[in-house]
Amino acid sequence: MVGITGYGAYVPLYRLDKKVIDGRGEKAICSFDEDSLTMAVEAINDCLKGKDRKEIDALYFGTTTSLYKEHLGATTIAMASDLKENVYTAEFGNSLRAGTAALKAGIEAVKAGSTKNALVSASDCRLGPPGSLLERNMGDGSVAFLVGDTDVAVTFEGSYHVYNEIVDVWRNNGDSYVRSWEDRFAIEQGYMPSMQKAIAGLMETFDYKPSDFSKAVLYSPDARRSAQLGRRMGFDIENQLQDPLIDVMGDTGAAAALMLLVAALEAANPGDRILLASYGNGADAISLKVHRDIKKIRGQGLGLKGHLSSKRLITDYLKYLKWRGIVPIDRAAGPIASYSAVAAKREYDRNISLHGSRCMACGYVQYPPQRVCTKCHEKDQMEPYSFVGKKGRIFTYNLDYITPRAEVPVTTTEIDFEGGGRIQSYMTEVDPESISIGMPVEMTFRRYTLWEEIAQREGTYIYFWESKPIREPIKDEG
Amino acid sequence: MGSIRDKVAIVGMGCTRFGELWDKSIEDLIVESCHEAFEDSGIEPKDIQAGWYASRESGFTGAHLARALKTEYIPVTRVENFCCGGQDVLRNACYGVASGVYDIALACGVEKTKDHHGGFGLFIQEPLDRGMTEWDIPPASQFGQYATRYFFHYKDYYKWDFEGFKTILAIINVKNHDNGLLTPKAHLHRKITVDDVLKARIISWPFTLYDACGMSDGAAAAVITTPEIARGLRKDYILVKGQGVATGSAQSTMQPEFDFLRFPENVAAAAAAYKEAGITNPREEIGIAELHDCFSSTEMITIEDLGFSERGKAPEDVEAGRFLLTGQQPINTDGGLKCFGHPLSASGLRMTYEIYKQLQGKVDNPERQIKNPKLGLIHNIGGNVGIHVSAVSIFGLPE
Repeated sequence: MVGITGYGAYVPLYRLDKKVIDGRGEKAICSFDEDSLTMAVEAINDCLKGKDRKEIDALYFGTTTSLYKEHLGATTIAMASDLKENVYTAEFGNSLRAGTAALKAGIEAVKAGSTKNALVSASDCRLGPPGSLLERNMGDGSVAFLVGDTDVAVTFEGSYHVYNEIVDVWRNNGDSYVRSWEDRFAIEQGYMPSMQKAIAGLMETFDYKPSDFSKAVLYSPDARRSAQLGRRMGFDIENQLQDPLIDVMGDTGAAAALMLLVAALEAANPGDRILLASYGNGADAISLKVHRDIKKIRGQGLGLKGHLSSKRLITDYLKYLKWRGIVPIDRAAGPIASYSAVAAKREYDRNISLHGSRCMACGYVQYPPQRVCTKCHEKDQMEPYSFVGKKGRIFTYNLDYITPRAEVPVTTTEIDFEGGGRIQSYMTEVDPESISIGMPVEMTFRRYTLWEEIAQREGTYIYFWESKPIREPIKDEG
Repeated sequence: MGSIRDKVAIVGMGCTRFGELWDKSIEDLIVESCHEAFEDSGIEPKDIQAGWYASRESGFTGAHLARALKTEYIPVTRVENFCCGGQDVLRNACYGVASGVYDIALACGVEKTKDHHGGFGLFIQEPLDRGMTEWDIPPASQFGQYATRYFFHYKDYYKWDFEGFKTILAIINVKNHDNGLLTPKAHLHRKITVDDVLKARIISWPFTLYDACGMSDGAAAAVITTPEIARGLRKDYILVKGQGVATGSAQSTMQPEFDFLRFPENVAAAAAAYKEAGITNPREEIGIAELHDCFSSTEMITIEDLGFSERGKAPEDVEAGRFLLTGQQPINTDGGLKCFGHPLSASGLRMTYEIYKQLQGKVDNPERQIKNPKLGLIHNIGGNVGIHVSAVSIFGLPE
């Protein structure tokens, strides 16, 4: 039996109140220091809570918002997720089906026996033109699955695929915003026929009827499209359709169908059969069966539900535009630092893997990694020490209101960790009213945007870890 | 270990006006500060045997100094030690003379911070080709972390609310502004009140605008020689009594035991300087001091680090007026970094200039002349949290 042995999701803390763009509800928006890679790392950490990362031997990543034409984002994710070096890394892109493509690749690899445990992640943060319907419908988020052949909670039953050569929703090289041909054309010649054919093909191949499925998880580009599709396919919309969460989170692109699958799994019971279908120049329809172990893998991390209910509302559209780089940030002229790919690579252990070192002579934990122990001064007695997932507390901090950044104050912290070690770090998602000495925090993988000028000049991106308040889901009333 | 005590003399000093010197070049500042020092000492430029030049952003090698002064193939060494550069060239020149290799040496520190975007920057330059994990914490944020912790730690003891704590810092700022008003060469000449400080906008919590020093251009220079030669030139040369420099190795940012209530670098540098100078009770023995008030809280914490006040007691002494011009132990009689601004490598020698003039009784404005201070101390601290460099020097008149 091959299938899902773990799942996790990540929805950014910030939600744009869609009132400011003439919409309803909210959309999840990644912070100015987040992108599809950092969000993938968050979802993976959500998925791998309590799991042994050394057991993973492949990472399949899907996104349409890769920062590079040539350079694998999956390697950044693998390193930040502290995966071992001989993990197979591959990336899928160019279509909103990149998420299901990554999942299928993971499943097929485990099925083929070449891979024991595959990590699958999808993440997207697409931009619609300001003021457009696309902008209103799209959101940011990420998802991760662990695929294996033992203790499987959700088995893969089969899939059916169709391709559809059409220019309906697309981005050209260098486009910042998603383009769309007339909505009617995109739906009636793209989304609908492809999804219908894939779902019908799946049902015919495996001899299913709509009532065989407990839940239909259908990618939806807007709030009502999946319901329309479901109705056409003969599903009971009230009881069988997974809410596409458009006005809660938004269409998260390549991650959307898989994030909705997590939503379905969070409510699924053993014995349930789930239909998963994604769209993008064709459609992928996948049949999944839920087993007893679903209860075992539930509730490790915050999941989709937990992340959705932990949020901060943004009602300032200008702020959102600045965060996305649509409106330039007023930066005081400052010295522009140089960047060295050589030095950066040397320091990936601390800056991407969040490794410090532990002195084997005296046991002292220190960050960044050292050769000579800060405590006992022994030389070269260090072993790598990972701070990923370690909880810390603020020892001291400062809130800087004059350094130009997309978000002020720029907060610096000294964090003391359970198990030892102190890290000096920037802090993100700060609420100046509630920050305090002793406050519990966790570390989060982010893009370093203070030097965005360097990124533009050198064509590279710099990642590092910041501290942040621990996400607390808002408890349901009653 | 030996000691520098009484082995070298400062026989002449110069200091430019500090400020936004848009139309002055590095060369202008070197010529002005050094020639004032030459004239003050009675030593001819051609008699200088070796030079030490401090700059962080203004020039490389010692050639800037040589080219400006037209020295004839003498050795000139450039020293960069962040905020301690000016004090460290003085120390190096002293060692050059004390070693017996040179009879007469020149130390000069220059910085044209205003030639650069935002002075020496919101950030330290070239961080990304070095350790990224300990780099560009903006200065206000670095020193602010200590202030935050100090506030938190002594909150109950002093029954402080935020305003109560800020009032102590405000008294320091008001004192330095008052002193700056009496100092013609200072950059800022402006009377401020405690209320101004409290009401100013927060720039880097817990700092308001007035808690930060200014940014400026400036230069200062000293001619160093042996006490024997000095005696032949003037009666009121001053002697170096002790010097200490200490550099952190990131203990504070790597070891949770470090409390952020002190700068261990300050404590170590002061201990070294006191040992050389034979000082056992700095609160009583140091008559006047120039402390590195890059931020108001840095002055306050340094007061404790240097033993002027007991641990946790600096706020009481600040409130009691101990460090005013009229107090028992005046600090930053010229207005400090607060009013001079902080051209990094010039500051240490600018402070030395004030102590030199104070000890001689020749301050350019008699209103801030301290009567017979006996021993004067200067202090700098710079760099970054955990890897600060601190420097302390002590000077006195000959017996």
